[in-house]
Amino acid sequence: MSSDNLYNPSQEFFVDMQRCIGCRACELACAECETNGQESMIHVNYVDRAHTIQTTVQVCMHCDDPVCAIVCPADAISKDEYGIVHSANTERCIGCSNCVQACPFGVPKKEESYDLMMKCNMCYDRTSIGKKPMCATVCPSGALYFGTREEITEMRPRSTPVNSFIFGEETVSTKVFIMMPKGSKELKVF
Amino acid sequence: MIQFVKNLNGKALLTAFAVTFLMLILIFLGSRNLQNFDAALITYLFGTIFAVFGITYRYTVWLQRPPTWMYFKRGFQIFLKGKIFSHLWFVSKQAVLNIGFQKFVYPRGKFRWLAHFFIAFGCVTAFAITIPLTFGWVHFVFAPGSFEIYEAHFFGFKVIEFNLGSITAFMTFHALNWSSYLVILGSLYYLRRRLTQPGVIATQNFESDLLPLILLIIISVTGLGLTYSYQFMKGFAFDFLAVTHAISVIIFLIWIPFGKFFHIIQRPAQIGALIYKKEGEEMGKAVCPHTGKEFDTKLHIDDLKIVTKELGFNFEKADGSSYLDLSPEGKRSTLAKAHLDARLKDGNLFG
Repeated sequence: MSSDNLYNPSQEFFVDMQRCIGCRACELACAECETNGQESMIHVNYVDRAHTIQTTVQVCMHCDDPVCAIVCPADAISKDEYGIVHSANTERCIGCSNCVQACPFGVPKKEESYDLMMKCNMCYDRTSIGKKPMCATVCPSGALYFGTREEITEMRPRSTPVNSFIFGEETVSTKVFIMMPKGSKELKVF
Repeated sequence: MIQFVKNLNGKALLTAFAVTFLMLILIFLGSRNLQNFDAALITYLFGTIFAVFGITYRYTVWLQRPPTWMYFKRGFQIFLKGKIFSHLWFVSKQAVLNIGFQKFVYPRGKFRWLAHFFIAFGCVTAFAITIPLTFGWVHFVFAPGSFEIYEAHFFGFKVIEFNLGSITAFMTFHALNWSSYLVILGSLYYLRRRLTQPGVIATQNFESDLLPLILLIIISVTGLGLTYSYQFMKGFAFDFLAVTHAISVIIFLIWIPFGKFFHIIQRPAQIGALIYKKEGEEMGKAVCPHTGKEFDTKLHIDDLKIVTKELGFNFEKADGSSYLDLSPEGKRSTLAKAHLDARLKDGNLFG
């Protein structure tokens, strides 16, 4: 990536999906990200539409050991020195969707017309020059927050950022945090 | 050094040696025991031999990765099972559309597609001309008893003949120049894009994205320069251009296995992914237990369970149920529900 990088590692991403109000401002903001080519990469969906109007929001969690990159048959996905897992390399991706189905957070999207996987790369055009990701700058309810650990601790005194998730026998650790009840160590998903 | 040798992949090394050896035999046969071999092209020959060795080595290492091997294996199993002519038609059609015309680039941008097509067509025609020339497989001679008619021979056999001074002769002798113009136009478009678009600037790096374009431009400009030098400038700077052209081409060849140009070799795997998807759809769809909707082929999900386990990921519970049976939307909702449960257990929805 660009050598004159100003990525600020003290700023981290914190997600609290219970705060998502389904306004989809993040979707519109995401489409402004220059690295996506005006495609929105963030996911907002109803959790269980038959029973509740609750929505959930999902950005790429940027796994420490990204399964999307490891199951890619074309070596198209890479993780950089800051822990950002980048969208598929356009010349390598063969559009097989292995990453789409293997990601435990349901993040990568297959853009059929491009025959290409695309995903959130934490607005690398912005974060690499010290700015915040688009979605986090527009979220009105605090479901998406990008800032320092001190800031989030002060704002959410009853919560703990957690980045360890259990899926069956697998424990996945991530760069992005989910805000959990105070004292939580992990989130058992499945 | 010892560590480097230890890290080499035995299977890939053997395959690379075998393919290179086979190529050397074909060079020997195709050039009629080297009698048609053009000694002036010897440096290009060494570059090509190294490129073939490196490409085969990397390709074989790449194939051994569990997800790649799964697609490679399944691709051939599907292709050879049953309707072979139908598969052959599908693969040929997709190869022309996706590899020949790179149709998937078109929706990303019309000019992007045109520029990519120019580069791809220019490079492929240049390979098709220069590799047989370098190997001595193609050579030109006067027709017996004539100084007007020129013959092109392939593997020592006459293929076509044409009059010197004809349009065919002009187009044939300048074929590499047409390739160069196409490559220069396409590369300049991409260079401009890479120097002006903020999203691309943020994620690119010099050696992977800019250097290949610069190299293509150097190769094409010096190649064109050779023609211009002897036709219009009385041979001015011919030696300099010839040496610069040779060095840049050899760097290009040697770099194919390591850099961006490897996608030329890797890309046909896309056809395997397409036939895998098409046949998988006929075998049955996977239905997400959360959304109740079809979301992928069952073949793909079942294979992915095998591949993820081979790679050391286990998304199964002790009862045998797998998290991979959920669609991406199902996974996101399951995560949100688990998060809600944790919040409810704590007694506060918001912290």
